Formats: sequence, C-alpha cells, structure tokens
Amino acid sequence: MYVYADNAATTAMSQTAIDAMLPYFKDNFGNPSSLHSVGQAAREALDNARDKVAACLGCEAREIYFTSGGSEADNQAIISAARLGARKGKKHIISTAFEHHAVLHTLAKLEKEGFDVTYLDVRQGHNITAQQVKDAIREDTCLVTVMYANNEIGSILPIPQIGAVCREAGVLFHTDAVQAAGHLHIDVKEQNIDMLSLSGHKFHGPKGVGALYVRRGIALTNLIEGGAQERGKRAGTENIAGICGMAAALEEACAHLDENAAKVTALRDRLIEGLSKIPHCALNGDPVNRLPGNVSFCFEGIEGESLLLLLDMKGIAASSGSACTSGSLDPSHVLLAIGRVHDVAHGSLRLSLCEYNTEEEIDHILAVVPEVVQYLRNMSPVWRDLQTGKRQYIL
Amino acid sequence: MALYSEKVMDHFMHPRNVGVIEDASGVGEVGNAKCGDIMKIYLKITDDIIEDVKFETFGCGSAIASSSMATEMIKGKSVQEAMALTNKAVAEALDGLPAHKMHCSVLAEEAIHNALKDYFDRNGIPYDKSIFPDCEHCAHCD
Repeated sequence: MYVYADNAATTAMSQTAIDAMLPYFKDNFGNPSSLHSVGQAAREALDNARDKVAACLGCEAREIYFTSGGSEADNQAIISAARLGARKGKKHIISTAFEHHAVLHTLAKLEKEGFDVTYLDVRQGHNITAQQVKDAIREDTCLVTVMYANNEIGSILPIPQIGAVCREAGVLFHTDAVQAAGHLHIDVKEQNIDMLSLSGHKFHGPKGVGALYVRRGIALTNLIEGGAQERGKRAGTENIAGICGMAAALEEACAHLDENAAKVTALRDRLIEGLSKIPHCALNGDPVNRLPGNVSFCFEGIEGESLLLLLDMKGIAASSGSACTSGSLDPSHVLLAIGRVHDVAHGSLRLSLCEYNTEEEIDHILAVVPEVVQYLRNMSPVWRDLQTGKRQYIL
Repeated sequence: MALYSEKVMDHFMHPRNVGVIEDASGVGEVGNAKCGDIMKIYLKITDDIIEDVKFETFGCGSAIASSSMATEMIKGKSVQEAMALTNKAVAEALDGLPAHKMHCSVLAEEAIHNALKDYFDRNGIPYDKSIFPDCEHCAHCD
C-alpha cells in the first residue's frame, strides 16, 4: 500500500479536470486574442472558466484575473495594494508571522522600499483574532494581508471577522486562500474580501495556474508587461487548458465541498486521535478551526527528514518542517512562529489528506508512524538524554 | 529517492553499529539539537585497537548514514588509523553526499575524533592539542 498524504503540497488531478483540459491541447488550440473562429472558441472556453471561478467565490467574472499560480497572485495583490497606499502616503501593512513565503518575501521586498510591516503574533492558539488586526490598524495602514488557512499547521483564520474590521476601517484586505479554495466556503462579498489568491493544484486541478480575485475598482499593478490579456493587467497568452482544468476542478470541489469536508474531517480526527497517543508529541495548529485535511505534529527527540525517508520506504508520502527538508539550516518559520523551539520543530510531521484517502490508509498510517518514531527515538542520543533525565522534556 | 545514493539509503535503512557501549573507553558527542544534528560515538579500545564502536544519532538520513559508515570504517582499526579518518573518506565511501549534506560527514569525523580525545584524556595518553581544535564556527552556530 502506498498512501499519498501530502495533499497540502499538491493533489492528484481529478478526471473532471483532465477531461476539461484535453480538448485545448489539440482540437481547440486557438489563441483567445485571435479574431477567427478557432480563436473565438478558445475565448469562449476562457470566458466560461472565468464564470465558473467567479461563481465559486461569489464575485463577478470581471473581477477574476488568471495567473501562473498562487505565488504570482499573492505578489500582484500585495504589490498593487502597496502602490495604491504609497500614492496616499500610506506605507503600513499588517500580516501574520506564519504566512506563505510568497507573501512574506514580497513584504520583505516592500520593507526594503520603506514600508512598515506588522507581523501579528500567532502563538496564542496558533491563530490570530480580528481584535489583533483591529488593534494593529493605523492611520497609514494600506493593506491587511492574512492567509485564509495555514498550509503547514491547518489553522483557519477568522476571515469574515477580519474582513468586517478592514471594511469598517477602510483598509484593503487581501487573503492568500491557496489552502482554502475548494475546501472551505468562500464568499468574497459576504466576507468583505477585497483580494483573494488561489492555486489550481491544491484542489485536484493542474499546476502552473491560479487566480486572483480583485474587487471592482481596485487598480492592479502589472507584474508582467505585454499584451492586453486579463484586462491589460497580466500579459501573456492565456494557459487555456490549465485555466479550464482549474475551473472544472474548483467547480467540482465546491459542488461537493460539504460531503468532502465531512469525510476528510472524520479521517483527520481519527489520525489526530491515534497519533496523539505517541508519548511526548504535540499537535500543531488550531485544534478547532482547522482545515479538514491537516494533521501536524511535533515529536520530541527525532528529526523530520529521517522520519520522512522511512515513511516513504514504508509507503507513506508526508512532509516535514525540519531544517533538512526546508533547504535551510532553520526549521519551518511557521513552527517557530507558533512558539515551537528549534529542538522540537526539527521533529515535525505533516500529513495532509483529501477525499481520495480511505479508512484503510488511515489504519496503515496509524500502524506505521508510531513504529517509525520509536525506531528513530531508539537511535537518538537526544531521546536517551530525555529518558535518563539528562535533558528536560519540552513536550 | 534520488536525493541520496544507494549506499546512503542502505546505511540509513540498515544502520550498522547502532547502540551504546556501557563500559566505553571513550565517548564523543558533537552537534546540538537546535541545529537538528547530534552524533554520539562510543569506542571500546583494547591494545590500541578499536575492538567495538557504537553510535547514536539524532538527525537526517545522511547524518545516520554517515555515522553508520564511519563506524564501519574504524572498526577493528588501530587508534592511529581511526585518527586519520576524514569526512571526505566517509562521504566517498557513501558514493557521495549532496553538497548541503557534507556537514553530516564532518560531524561523523568530529564525533570519532572527540571520542578518541576522550580516550586519550582518560588514559593520560599525550597528544598534540592542535589536532583537536575547538568547534569551528560554521553557519550552524552563527
């Protein structure tokens, strides 16, 4: 048995998404900007896809801009809001300490340009409150950008409440909804969201395509100059197949959202309950307001990369926030932001589920993970020191 | 996984010499939990020969494989030969390590040298102190 439990990294494409894409590789290969009938067929497909995505978010089709993915959407939303703010002398931005790097690195770039960024503390409950946002808003705040749900630890942020706070204060509100779209109910009008980013491959759509919702009246700054595609705001011939695949996948995910969430939540809760029995571990993320598919733990005395390699050998694809897997010397900034110290952040494991996972797969994970954790602890000098009292348990 | 050679995966999946020697002649520990790597080497030395060697490692796949390979390379060898073990030799014996994992082989060399130093100290064996420099400042501790 091989269990794919890394759906927060990417998902398998659905047959619906594949079927929606195939015609646009060969038979219907036109460029939507062409006037002839081949081009116009592609134009129609593009328009239909935009309608579908808009319907899933509760906005108008003209408020949807297709991008190359979530990162581009995040970059463009934040840069645009910053340029609008700067024109009015407003150069303060509010975000959180556990955003995705697409947001954090864009904010770091703006800080170098003289913007002031407040990163809200996420240690309390591994989440933020709308009150924290309200308290951080200043006269010169031009943007609040907080993620809809965290990719590593699964916390769902109080987006409608934050939206209300921002609307009342007259501050633009962007949310990186890459982990939420297709999994949680989103209604940008009801939730007072001004800008929202999403990515196709997180809900069984294709990679390399995403979307940015921008409320009518907010002027976007172009990141890519060229032709007049996407209302002149994002140049480049449209990725028609990708866009159609993403739209079909999102439509399907939203149509089955409640049933999928119920099924995946039940699998998740079984997994959390079972893994919690491993001694000296801790659940990362908000235990209540949590993505249906997210399971994230820190296990004391072991290191995440060796855990992942062994799990892969034993038929489980998972992820970790250890330094060795992050490609840097530091463990995940998300785990550090919620207050996990380096020693335990190195021993993190994320299992992210989707509706394709089964009860049998959960049984397999529950049988393998405790065994592998114990195996690694048995060869760990840190674990020995903890057991013999030479080192104090943190978890 | 293509990240590691077959040799690394073999030593990671089936590590040799894992464990503790209760009456060790010398023990060496390097690294720290903050960085995510700790290696501990236990040596049993009789008549200048490394009769037995065990290790415990907290770390990634290449750290475990490096420890395993390094212990295999010094087992049954003389103290002199063990002192001559280099991280490069460990990495080569593993058919190479990814560039960002080379420090794992350095830890293995240092852990063995530390254990030998402990053996020298315990037995009053004189040695050139300059061959055991204090922990060099690497990116880890900066």
